[in-house]
Amino acid sequence: MAPLLTASDLRARYGWTRVLHGVSFDVEEGGITTILGANGAGKTTTLRAVSGLVSTEGAVHFAGRRIDGRAPEDLVRAGIAHVPEGRGTFVGLTVEENLRLGAYARRERTRGADDFERVYQYFPILRERRRQVAGTLSGGEQQMLAIARGLMLRPRLLLLDEPSLGLAPLVVREIFRIVRAVNRDQGVSVLLVEQNAAIALELADHAYVLETGRVVLAGSPAILKQDDAVRRSYLGY
Amino acid sequence: MDIFLQQVVSGLATGGIYASLALALVMIYQATDVVNFAQGEMAMFSTYLAWSMLNAGLPYWVAFAATLALAFVGGLLIERIVIRPVENAPVLAVVIVCIGLLVILNSVAGWIYSYIQKPFPSPFPNAPIKLGNVVFGAHDLGAIGITLVVLLFLYVFFRYTTLGLAMRAAAQNPVSSRLCGVRVGWMLAIGWGLAALVGAVAGIMVAPIVFLDPNMMAGILIYAFASATLGGFTSPGGAVVGGLLVGVIENLVGTYVRFIGTELKLTVALAIIVIVLVVKPSGLFGRVVVRRV
Repeated sequence: MAPLLTASDLRARYGWTRVLHGVSFDVEEGGITTILGANGAGKTTTLRAVSGLVSTEGAVHFAGRRIDGRAPEDLVRAGIAHVPEGRGTFVGLTVEENLRLGAYARRERTRGADDFERVYQYFPILRERRRQVAGTLSGGEQQMLAIARGLMLRPRLLLLDEPSLGLAPLVVREIFRIVRAVNRDQGVSVLLVEQNAAIALELADHAYVLETGRVVLAGSPAILKQDDAVRRSYLGY
Repeated sequence: MDIFLQQVVSGLATGGIYASLALALVMIYQATDVVNFAQGEMAMFSTYLAWSMLNAGLPYWVAFAATLALAFVGGLLIERIVIRPVENAPVLAVVIVCIGLLVILNSVAGWIYSYIQKPFPSPFPNAPIKLGNVVFGAHDLGAIGITLVVLLFLYVFFRYTTLGLAMRAAAQNPVSSRLCGVRVGWMLAIGWGLAALVGAVAGIMVAPIVFLDPNMMAGILIYAFASATLGGFTSPGGAVVGGLLVGVIENLVGTYVRFIGTELKLTVALAIIVIVLVVKPSGLFGRVVVRRV
């Protein structure tokens, strides 16, 4: 079966600075793929290229269609939910309003109570806080809200940009457990970009390592965990 | 006491008009960080459109509704055609564009309709309404009512509809909104349209009081600036409260402070702007915006 998402030879730059030098990767349907890398390796840019926030050279195919050069507003409607770096919370709106915005792009008008129920099942804390202004949530709760907002789209592909950033290890565990459950129960494919290699490799079934805008390693997590360079640089043992 | 009550009510009536225009300013400021200096002239032009339709024999409320619709479309087009190209330009460029718009609308109105003042009808009866010993102008009470209806409509729209929610989201966090599928550019255009509509209501309500001429909104716009500054440029509710306060303060000062009278009323607005900016620059209800540079 062809992969759900294929990126080939992505090149991107901000002004004169090249950030991606020909990045290629696949995301299998129903799987969790992770892209690891240090600060400035180009992970965020790669995600932004997929969701149309930065323009790139190279090709991106999603579900058999070429999508590079299309606007993010259209890609959302095609079923790609991007949970951005820094969570992208609407801090002045309530939790419930944030979630309603997540479903904004859905075509069918049946979105309603059961969608809220579904995400509240995964994130019970959001149900308790639903009338609260989102800016008053803790960092972990805001990350949960960001993922829940993405799920309100009922996406085929969920792009997660460093969900572990700035969170306590226990909260990170909890969030990753939920991502795993969502992937398993809802069949949502996940592309996860992470600095925290240890936990990302535990979750993913395919991994890429990005260094200064190039893919330097690819393979199954089991193999990558054995790789000396990965162990030294990202796992710390 | 009776005079006091009368002045308060009539202050609330003009205050409601200031509040509408201030709200239009705040809506655009919140969405696009632009202070729309042409807001008053847009309202004036809409009022002339209403005058033309009334002159052509349309019933008052039909002309009223048609004017609001035209104002909405006009505001939308102005954003798309004039403001959008300078979207990412420095603030000063946008200010210049707005001032250009002000001059153009003013001159075009003068060219089409001449600068001679025209009377503009009120939909409310001429006879004052008596409650006990106090006499209220029917137009004053009517203007307060219309303003309240408009405010209620806006509140419900922004609070309860999906489109209103999307517009608030687009103003707050454009990137996140795009990732939710919100077409941010259109939300801004609709915001301009709504602001123009609210401004048109203000123009139509104030025209019977100040008479219709191309410069009729110049003073009103300054009151609206005073209202928005007093309430806080970051708070729509604040702009409304600010408008009502400015209207009442202006009227009471004009009545009770002999040397100000009606001639120096506008000075009150300027004094309010200066005092607020010196004492509490964020206004009564605004938040202090901290910007990382």
